[in-house]
Amino acid sequence: MPRDFLKGARDRYDVVVIGAGLAGLTAANTLGRAGRSVLLLEQHYKLGGMATWFKRPGGHIFDISLHGFPYGMVKSCRRYWTAEIADSIVQLKGIRFDNPMFSLTTTFNREDFSKLLIERFQIQPQVVNEFFDAARGMNFYDDQQATTRELFDRFFPGREDVIRLLMEPITYANGSTLEDPAISYGIVFSNFMSKGVFTFQGGTDRLIQLMEAELRRNGVDVRINANVERIDCTGGRVRSVTVNGRTIEAGAVLSNANLKHTIFSLVGEQHFDRSFVDDARAVRLNNSSTQVYMALKADDLLDESTGDLLFSSTAPVFRTELLLSRNITSRTYSFYYPRTRPQGRPRCLIVSSTNARYEDWAHLPEEEYQASKRDLCETTLDALDKYVPNVRQRVDHVEASTPRTFQHYTQHLAGASFGTKFEGLAVSRAIPQQIQGLYHAGSVGIIMSGWLGAMNYGVIVANEVDNGLMKLSTD
Amino acid sequence: MTRDQIRDEVLDILRDIAPDEDLSQLKDDQSFREQLELDSMDFLDIVMELRKRHRIQIPEDDYMNLRSMDSTVAYLEPLMKDIEKV
Repeated sequence: MPRDFLKGARDRYDVVVIGAGLAGLTAANTLGRAGRSVLLLEQHYKLGGMATWFKRPGGHIFDISLHGFPYGMVKSCRRYWTAEIADSIVQLKGIRFDNPMFSLTTTFNREDFSKLLIERFQIQPQVVNEFFDAARGMNFYDDQQATTRELFDRFFPGREDVIRLLMEPITYANGSTLEDPAISYGIVFSNFMSKGVFTFQGGTDRLIQLMEAELRRNGVDVRINANVERIDCTGGRVRSVTVNGRTIEAGAVLSNANLKHTIFSLVGEQHFDRSFVDDARAVRLNNSSTQVYMALKADDLLDESTGDLLFSSTAPVFRTELLLSRNITSRTYSFYYPRTRPQGRPRCLIVSSTNARYEDWAHLPEEEYQASKRDLCETTLDALDKYVPNVRQRVDHVEASTPRTFQHYTQHLAGASFGTKFEGLAVSRAIPQQIQGLYHAGSVGIIMSGWLGAMNYGVIVANEVDNGLMKLSTD
Repeated sequence: MTRDQIRDEVLDILRDIAPDEDLSQLKDDQSFREQLELDSMDFLDIVMELRKRHRIQIPEDDYMNLRSMDSTVAYLEPLMKDIEKV
């Protein structure tokens, strides 16, 4: 008989949270602390969602998305998690750019960016200040028509090099493009570029371990290998979830699954108004990614002057089409030194990330798919040689992931690695008005993406769940 | 609770949320945001804390009432007048 991953689970909880990405984890923790009985269900055998890692022989641990979150994580981790988690957040100071337009290193904060823009790119100080202020002053109820490209053209007309400097890191962070609304750029940019970029000391595995311990302290019932098949709704209200063949009742259900998967697969469109279904169907998913994971041999230590994050490109200009193309010209390298895991064996690893389209990979026959993965590894090693000389001789392990890999592990439609485009936020927010007791939190609308965005959105929705449950008990 | 007690309660919550801020100089008629480094998550935390401590429900449309100390106390007074200070 297969193992029962729900053994000992109760028949009813105040809240069932579906999916243990950072939004689901943080929502579950917030609700547990508020005194609610919470069941957290994760289909994979690990918690964390896209905040994940994997181990390979030789003592190598690869992180998928660890490098480069904003300073705001310190405050959110202290408040919604623990001081120990918050105190493990450290700054990454070596951020490099290398492309046909410019090569430079920056500490990636407003001060250093201003200096670079003024001294190196010869932009008037007043224009730089006005740009930063305009970006910082943006709110998500502002004009949604203006695109990021239009914002740049207003302040830096004709300056493709400046656009590249200001846009490339944000594209890496959340998959957004010059065609997305300017406000999504402004909000993310001011989060990112005011105080630098950060990482978690100890690695993603340590972060998730600490989070799991805190969830258990707050009484959250955490279950892995628990695949939710259905969210059951009757009479406009959520009743229960069906998971691993068992039905568990809930006062509220918070889905941290992909937005469209939640609406169309887990609930079913017949439970929603037609106009809502139309809006949900029109939500565009963000693109997916490819990554190449490279571990150096045990005794080989990378020179730290190589940097922490390197935005490299051989494309003459910055264009969305070029970024997504299978003919890769842009790669972002995350360099991991032994200081990433002071507690572990000293290892140096490099993860190369490139944005990619699911459709380019989805239907390749197996043989061609494997060949394409090998080609991805080979071309990445070729490109990396410029920054890590003789890398081909120095690596102990190399492998690639594709949009299909992300789809497999997260069950995100089309392997979306940055949630949805801007319009997804409004649809996510409107779900409780459609079905009483049903909520969604996760990577939506660009501004709620990334580690910080997902975590904060989890708190925002947990607040609504708690409020809804209180209303339910007083009605 | 009286107006003064409600004000003390809000101050106590603010002390938790913004431990690095000096609240002794806070001007009640000016917005919190002009005087303190608060973001939208901080305002949400005020809402969550009031619910946790006193079971007060504040709908999202009413968040704007939390602009300043004066407007917050005025908004909370009818909701908290029957709550005993502990």
